[in-house]
Amino acid sequence: MVYRSFKTSILGMVAGASMIFGANVSFAGDWKPAKPITMVIMAGQGGGADRIARLFQSIIQKENLSNMPILPVNKGGGSGAEALRFLKDNEGDAHTIMATLNSYYTTPLRTDIGVDIAEFNPLARMAMDTFVLWVNAESEIKTLDDYVAAVSAAGGSWKMGGTGTGQEDSLVTAMLEKEFGIKHTYVPFKGGGTVAKNLVGNHIDSTVNNPAEQMGFWKAGKVRPIVAFTPERLDVFPDVPTAKELGHTIVYWMQRSFVAPKGMPTAAINYYTEMFEKLSATEEWQTYAKEKALVADMITGSELQKYFLDERAKHKEILASSE
Amino acid sequence: MINADRIIASLIIISSLYFMWHAIALPIGWNGIEGGPGGGAFPFWLSVIMLICSAIVFWRSSSGTKFQKFSFDTSMIKPILLVSVSLLCTVGLISVIGAYIAIFLFLFWYLRVIGRHSIGLSLTIPVLTPILMFFFFEVTLRIMLPKGVSEPLFLPLYAKFF
Amino acid sequence: MDLLTLLSDGFATSLSPFNLMIVILGVTAGLFIGAMPGLGSVNGVAIVLPLTFVVPPASAIILLAAIYYGAMYGGAISSILLGIPGASTAVATTFDGRPMAQKGQAALALIAAAFASFVGGTIAVILFTLFAIPLADLALAFGPAEEFALVLLAFTTFVGLGGDDILKTIIMICLGLVLSTVGLDLISGQPRLIFGDLPGFYSGISFLVLAIGVYGVGEVLYTIETSKSNPTVSNAKITFKDLYTGIKTISSYTKTMSIGSFLGFFVGMLPAAGATPASLMAYGLAKQTSKKPETFGDGNIEGVIAPETANNAASTGSLLPMLTLGIPGSPTTALLLGGMVMWGLMPGPMLFIDQPDFVWGLISSLYTANVAAVLINIALIPLFVWALRMPFSVLCAIVLVLCIVGGFAPNQKMHDVWLIVLFGYAGYLLRKADYPLAPLVLALVLGPLMEKSFRQTLISEQGNILAFIERPLSATFIFLSLLFFIWPLVGLLRSSKREHPHFSSKRPDFSRQNS
Repeated sequence: MVYRSFKTSILGMVAGASMIFGANVSFAGDWKPAKPITMVIMAGQGGGADRIARLFQSIIQKENLSNMPILPVNKGGGSGAEALRFLKDNEGDAHTIMATLNSYYTTPLRTDIGVDIAEFNPLARMAMDTFVLWVNAESEIKTLDDYVAAVSAAGGSWKMGGTGTGQEDSLVTAMLEKEFGIKHTYVPFKGGGTVAKNLVGNHIDSTVNNPAEQMGFWKAGKVRPIVAFTPERLDVFPDVPTAKELGHTIVYWMQRSFVAPKGMPTAAINYYTEMFEKLSATEEWQTYAKEKALVADMITGSELQKYFLDERAKHKEILASSE
Repeated sequence: MINADRIIASLIIISSLYFMWHAIALPIGWNGIEGGPGGGAFPFWLSVIMLICSAIVFWRSSSGTKFQKFSFDTSMIKPILLVSVSLLCTVGLISVIGAYIAIFLFLFWYLRVIGRHSIGLSLTIPVLTPILMFFFFEVTLRIMLPKGVSEPLFLPLYAKFF
Repeated sequence: MDLLTLLSDGFATSLSPFNLMIVILGVTAGLFIGAMPGLGSVNGVAIVLPLTFVVPPASAIILLAAIYYGAMYGGAISSILLGIPGASTAVATTFDGRPMAQKGQAALALIAAAFASFVGGTIAVILFTLFAIPLADLALAFGPAEEFALVLLAFTTFVGLGGDDILKTIIMICLGLVLSTVGLDLISGQPRLIFGDLPGFYSGISFLVLAIGVYGVGEVLYTIETSKSNPTVSNAKITFKDLYTGIKTISSYTKTMSIGSFLGFFVGMLPAAGATPASLMAYGLAKQTSKKPETFGDGNIEGVIAPETANNAASTGSLLPMLTLGIPGSPTTALLLGGMVMWGLMPGPMLFIDQPDFVWGLISSLYTANVAAVLINIALIPLFVWALRMPFSVLCAIVLVLCIVGGFAPNQKMHDVWLIVLFGYAGYLLRKADYPLAPLVLALVLGPLMEKSFRQTLISEQGNILAFIERPLSATFIFLSLLFFIWPLVGLLRSSKREHPHFSSKRPDFSRQNS
């Protein structure tokens, strides 16, 4: 439903038409999509969020969980601002869903884009991605204490690579700085993959990255995990302590959820929620989640909305203290 | 049309100023804390270079004769304007009546009225192109083209091909 | 031997029935696109690029490489038959190809062009195979500072070797760079230059939108204006006897062909030089070293062989910096680079380590594409003659429709289509006023990389600008770029005393550098 970019008057007409249409179907009983479903991805192509959204799409297709194809469209512009605006402009549309990450709440908090996420319909939270602190395998640093000592010794010139100011890893970096009273030089790169490459090439000294982004280099023995920012140790890195058990309560998640525009017919919301529930139970997804150190606990509906609003409030505080 | 070079140079001057005006929303100086230029520096200073160079081009074309070698073929302005406006209308119509109908109309108009082709050819190509487009983009590549108000017409097709 | 193992693995990829079919399809499409007046490899690649997302990246790049090669071969066809260069890379081919056709040697000229292209392409692919690995070993030494220095090098060679009005080249580079800053400022995370909060600009301006605008819409408008007098098409028939005598004649020009191949490869390899200067340089060199230089321009077959070997060799050569360093050597490779980024592949030093299947599949496909191109080219010559007679208005209308849907498809935003139309008009006007368009597209592709790497280096070095010359690799590139910047200025001072008659008269043609 991409043709509505410019002509708002047409937007009204078409929205009206599709609403009449939606009403017809829900009248008939159980709702089914009548045309291909647009899956907006809040990030650009190739990143972690994109890969996982496309994985969902391929599982849905393979397991035949939807009678119409799901068409992923990347709208990563402005840290997801473009996607949020798109969802707002497609009010009442029964054939648009969006794959989100934490920029779902941070972006509207950081810049005023005229979007209130409380208006959107939550569908399902599929997974929580984790964060780990990494250094180059050649480095002397083995523990969190070594790390803190090295960063303090560098006196502010320690290069922490990340994916951009205001992104999730920069928030974790800010938490580290606050907790230990240390200072990094934060160097932003485009995407977690580039950060990983620069860490291996010794162009940066450390990074806070998702295990999925770093997994290839870790298996090749090029990088070393120092500490995980999860409540409990990760199954894939049983020897890596959590910050919490070392006495520093830094816990941070990246959520991977799906939401729908405001005004989507209830029958359609139920259809998608059910689709994601089936998806969550597939073996392929469960295996993937385990391998990539994702926590796959699913929540839906009002529980998810509460989670979003709580997270938004939390991030408001973190952002206020880090900027 | 001696002044065409100058007209284009002045258009570039205006756009440079416009870019500069937008760029100053972010810091344009050397940002000591971050260690490097601010977010607006690149667009701003590059626009300044553009401004200077286009000013020289402007001055050069009004002083010497050596660089005034290009001109518009006046007899071709009309067809070019006609094509440009048709293209603009087509893109505008895509949002309203959908890509398929708009492209049909554009091709028919172009072949019949601008190209003065026979009615047979002027109908065959405009009918065949959208059909090929549908199978190529929607069925094969799964890329939805805009449908506008023509959306309901496509619902049976979706049901059949997906 | 390691190289041979990798190459044979590559052939396993490129000779799979599906990929072989893609090569044949791509070469055929490329030949047609290249043979169309005005449309070159850059147009073919730009139009097809959005459609490549359905196939695996290895097949997608094979398709694009095949189109690229096909268009290189095809460019000669309209140069010879119509006297209009099918692509800017074939400009030099018109100098002697057209007179040959007028003398009734059209068939010989076409065979010469096809065969010379084959030789140039093949020699270049062999050089490519040998040089790719040593260059890829630079792998991890590339940090932000080196990236910046390399991009700088790419720009200065463009300014130096382009041959256009230097002021206008600088304006175009700056405009491209400014357009590349639209969207989000990565460092501060703030939106910038979004022109009144249009959400379409949040994700920046895609190089694809600009390329389709200026090379598609702009080109059509330009061609409409210049095609007032209908071009006449020379006839060409080919028999096996012609083919035999043709190849025999051409084989005796080994010196011309080797000059063209090596010169083409190395000029093409220079970031941003590309095939057009390479073919013109090869033409000039062939003329200077010929025993009968006075026959050049009146239908000397060497004048067809030299530029055709060179432009094909250069198109292969320009893939090398694109793949190994992430720096495109020409607008077409810039499009390929953008495509690879969109498929989630990061061209550059890591590519040979991360994606050996992709790289060697591509290299081996260059061999197959070359063989396919020469065979299909000769077989299809009668068809090209027919296609060139397609009513011009039909061709224009179809190209415009392709621009609209091709521009919409990748991001599915009407915003992009509007921008394409806007860039099309602007591109037409700029081109009329002799502004070179290739630097504009190149700057938009390289701009984000340039700004980002510059600022990343300064941030990580606490604002120390000397960081760029303290590191040996980046210092080398900076030194080279200074050299490239100063060199043409020296040449300019010299040539103002002693103007070279041939090149100065052909200078405006450089502005059509679009491959």
